[in-house]
Amino acid sequence: MITKMNHVSIFVLNQDSAYEFYVNKLGFKVHTDAPMGPGMRWLTVCPPEQPELEISLMAVSEGMMFKKEAAAQMRELVSKGTFGFGVFECNDLLATYEELKVKGVQFKKEPTKEFYGFEALFTDDSGNWFSLGEKKNK
Amino acid sequence: MTAEKFPKIYLYRRIVQAKLFIDTHFHQDINLDNIADEAFFSKFHFIRLFKSTYNKTPHQYLTSVRIENAKLLLQTEMAVADVCFSVGFDSTSSFTGLFKRLTKTTPSLYKKIQLKRKSEISKTPLKFIPNCFAEQKGWKTAILKK
Repeated sequence: MITKMNHVSIFVLNQDSAYEFYVNKLGFKVHTDAPMGPGMRWLTVCPPEQPELEISLMAVSEGMMFKKEAAAQMRELVSKGTFGFGVFECNDLLATYEELKVKGVQFKKEPTKEFYGFEALFTDDSGNWFSLGEKKNK
Repeated sequence: MTAEKFPKIYLYRRIVQAKLFIDTHFHQDINLDNIADEAFFSKFHFIRLFKSTYNKTPHQYLTSVRIENAKLLLQTEMAVADVCFSVGFDSTSSFTGLFKRLTKTTPSLYKKIQLKRKSEISKTPLKFIPNCFAEQKGWKTAILKK
């Protein structure tokens, strides 16, 4: 029986810039930051109240995982905003939205009351987009 | 975002302004009145709105920001007492007490564990990376060849 997920990957164009976005703008915590040789790095972050979920900020670059052409295609897809990687939760959507706007986070959709909840959509520094919802029964 | 859509958005902006003030001035000798002044609220009104937004009073939030920043500095070579003063506490005993209450460990033990982990990551990084990722990236083969 599977009980939980503890690692998930987000493909990013630049790990330094992703670090700045996820840690300094979103306020995530660095879990592991390990240099793995020239130009390679294992970098995982966690949402502040979910230390058991490591989000790997995986660089899309030519190597074992992506051949040259595949890396170029993947980078283009990521930068065009093809991928929506998940749903984040906050205690108060309007306050979080205002804070992230001050920090320069780009929103594809302002906070909107939908039939399924109160939601906004933002993109990271690479182009990946996420839903941001308010905790239910607040 | 328009004020017509969310008429109370100006309140959120003030609360966020206060939160960001704490985030950037935590190391200074700030008190609730400074923070309420920053948000242009009466102290009582400010505390109530802040708590309804962040589930913490401004004072509890300030303490948590100081402790979180202390945790980062404790991962460096900085001495515990220097960390305490760098994040805005004025006594090591109150720092240690609050740190222990919030993290269930003492600053010195936390520092020891973190430095040990950092050293292990540097020596044996594969211990910290799930095998599927290490293999995909070719790191396992590269390290085993060394």
